[in-house]
Amino acid sequence: MIRKSIQSRRARETRLKIYGITSICFALIMLATLLISIGLNGYSALQQAYFKLDISVNTEKFVDDSGAPDNNKMNLFNWDGLVQSALREFFPEVKDRDEKKELFAIISANAGYDLKEIIKKKALGSGSHTLSVWLHLSDDADQYLKGRLSIDIPEEDRRINNKQIAWVNSLVERDIAKLKFNKTFFTSADSREPESAGILGSVIGSALTLFVTIMFALPLAVMAAIYLEYFAKPGKITDFIEVNVNNLAAVPSIVFGLLGLSVFLSTFGLPRSAPLVGGLVLGLMTLPTIIIASRASIRSIPPSIREAALGLGASKMQAALHHVLPLATPGILTGTIIGMAQALGETAPLLMIGMVAFIIDIPTTFTSSATAMPVQIYMWSDSAERAFYERSSLAILFLVAFLISMNLLAVVLRKKFEKKW
Amino acid sequence: MTSKFRTKKVEVSYGDKKAIRDISLDIEKNIITALIGPSGCGKSTFLRCLNRMNDVIENCSIKGSIHLDEQDIYGPDIDPVELRARVGMVFQKANPFPKSIFDNIAYGPRIHGLASNDSELKDIVHNSLEKAGLMDEVKDRLNDQATGLSGGQQQRICIARAIAVSPEVILMDEPCSALDPIATAKIEELMSELCESYTIIIVTHSMQQAARVSKKTAFFHLGDLIEYNDTDKIFTQPENQKTQDYITGRFG
Ligand SMILES: Nc1ncnc2c1ncn2[C@@H]1O[C@H](COP(=O)(O)OP(=O)(O)O)[C@@H](O)[C@H]1O
Ligand SMILES: [Mg+2]
Repeated sequence: MIRKSIQSRRARETRLKIYGITSICFALIMLATLLISIGLNGYSALQQAYFKLDISVNTEKFVDDSGAPDNNKMNLFNWDGLVQSALREFFPEVKDRDEKKELFAIISANAGYDLKEIIKKKALGSGSHTLSVWLHLSDDADQYLKGRLSIDIPEEDRRINNKQIAWVNSLVERDIAKLKFNKTFFTSADSREPESAGILGSVIGSALTLFVTIMFALPLAVMAAIYLEYFAKPGKITDFIEVNVNNLAAVPSIVFGLLGLSVFLSTFGLPRSAPLVGGLVLGLMTLPTIIIASRASIRSIPPSIREAALGLGASKMQAALHHVLPLATPGILTGTIIGMAQALGETAPLLMIGMVAFIIDIPTTFTSSATAMPVQIYMWSDSAERAFYERSSLAILFLVAFLISMNLLAVVLRKKFEKKW
Repeated sequence: MTSKFRTKKVEVSYGDKKAIRDISLDIEKNIITALIGPSGCGKSTFLRCLNRMNDVIENCSIKGSIHLDEQDIYGPDIDPVELRARVGMVFQKANPFPKSIFDNIAYGPRIHGLASNDSELKDIVHNSLEKAGLMDEVKDRLNDQATGLSGGQQQRICIARAIAVSPEVILMDEPCSALDPIATAKIEELMSELCESYTIIIVTHSMQQAARVSKKTAFFHLGDLIEYNDTDKIFTQPENQKTQDYITGRFG
C-alpha cells in the first residue's frame, strides 16, 4: 500500500519537475531567439562603408591671419564641391547633370561637412596641403556592400540602380572603398543620414536623465522608508500612504509622463525634451520601487541593533542614521539599481515630455534638448532606411547589455554585503 | 536604605491586552534586585518601563507612576533619551553593533558628548572595558569586529558599552540566557562588582542565579507582583503559596 503511494508520489514529483524544466527551457529559448535575431540584424552596424579621397586644399581660403581656422570662412567654403570634384576624377566619363547627381548619391550627403570637421581638427595651418581622408559612403551603398540590399528586384524599385552599383564596385576594386569599423556610431548623436548617426547623444541623454532620477528619487525614497518604518504612527493615514506607495508602483508609466507634461512643463514651465524633466518623471516612477526595497532592507536589520542604540540613549533619528541605515545600504542600493534599470529601459513617459525630438547635438547640460537610448531605438526602428534598422538593432544590444550589467551589479552587491546575523 | 526607583500602581497594556497590572515596588540603591517568574508574566515589560524602552513599541500604553530619585520619569520634563543615558540596558541576546570593539564602547560617550577629545574618549573606553573585566582579553584587538567575539564576551561588551555612558542604573534582561555556565559565572561575578557603584535590576528565569547574585527578589506571575522581599526570605520562607510552588519547581 505505502509503497504504491510512494511510487505515485514520486511519479508526480518527476512530472512536476519535468514541467518546470520544460517551461524554463522554453523561456530561455525564446530569450535566446530574440537576442540572436537582434544580434544578426545588428552586428553589421559595427561596420560602415568608407571611401578614400585624396584631396588638395589651399587653406588660405579659410584660415585667419594667424593661421588658425576661421569658422565663418570654413562654413562658407564649398566643401561638397571639393569632395564631388575629387570623386569625379575617378569617373571622368560621368558628364551630364542627372548622371552626376546619381554619382554623388553613392557618397554620404554629409561628406562635405565631415571633411570640413576633419580638416578643422587637423589645424593644418596656412598653405597648400594634400591629404587622404576616409569619408562615409551613402547608406544605400553601405547596405549594398554588406549584402543587405537585394538586387534581384527590378531596378526602378531599388534604392540603388545598376549604374551606381557599378561605380561602387569599381571603387571597391580599386581599393578606394571598403567596410571599416563604424566609429561614428559611438561618437556622434542622431542624424538624418544613417551613416552619420550614432548613439552617443542618446547614451549621454540617458546618463544625464538617470543622474537626475537617482539624485531625486534615492534621498526621497530613503527618507520616506525610514519615516514609514520608524516614525509613522500606525493608523488610517499611515495605512493610506502605504497602500498608495504600493499602488504607485503599479501605475502605468505613461501616466507619469502625462503628469510630467502637465506639472513640470505646463505648470512649472520647465524646458521640453530636457533630461532634467525626464529624470524627474522617471524619478517619480521609480520612487515606489526604491521605497519598497528600502523598507524591506530596513526591516531585515535585526531590531536588536536599533534597541541597543536606543538603550544607550540615542534618539530615534540617531539610531536610524548611525546604525540601521548603514547596515541597510546594500539592500537599498540593490533596489535602487533595479529601479534605475527600469528607468533606463522606459520609453513611454519620455515620449510625453518631448524627449522624442530629433536632436543632432550631444546634450551637455540637464536642460539641453536630449533623447534617451530606448527612445532613440524607437525612432530609428521607425525609419524607412534599412541602415537605421540595423543601427537600432545594435543599439538594442547595447541597451540590453547595460541593463544586464546593472542587474548583475545588483546581484553582486547583494551577495557581497549579505550579512549573517 | 534609599530607594532608587519607586513605582506605584504601574499597569502596562499592549493594545487591549494587559501585560502587567498594579505593580508597586521600591528598588533599592546599589544592590542587585532580581525579577523572577514564569515566562510571559511581564518581567521584561516591567523592566522596560524603567527606562521607557516601551515607548518605542507602537501599541504599548502605561498607567501609574515611576519615580527615579523622586523624579517622575513619565513626567513632561523628562526626555526619554536623557533617561536612557541614566538608566542603561543590557539585552537578552548580546547585540553589539557590527563595528569595532572600540566603536561599540565609544558610541554612547560620542552621542552624549562625554569626551571632549580623543584621549578622553580612549580613557572612557579603557575604563569601561576594565570595569567589565574584558580589558585583558581584548586589549590587543580593540579595532576588531565586536561581532567576532564569543557570546559571553559579546555580552560583556554590551555591559561595558552600557557602563561607558556612566549610568546610575543598569537593567539586565536575562543577560545570561544564551551563555554557557563559565561565561555566566563571569557575568555574575561582574555584576557583584558593579553593584557597588550601580543599581542593578536583573530579569532572570534561573532561580539559582537570582539566589546567587541578588539581595532582593520580586516574583511575578501572570502580570501581578506576587511577592517582593529579601532574596533569602523568598527562597527560604516565601509568604505566598504561588511563590512556594514556583521556587520548588511545581510550575514555570
Ligand atoms: N511587543 C509586544 N506586543 C504585544 N504583546 C506583548 C509584547 N511584548 C510582550 N507582550 C506580551 O506581554 C506579556 C508579558 O511579556 P514579557 O514582559 O515579555 O514577559 P516575560 O519577560 O516575563 O517573559 C506576554 O503575554 C506577552 O505576550
Ligand atoms: Mg522576557
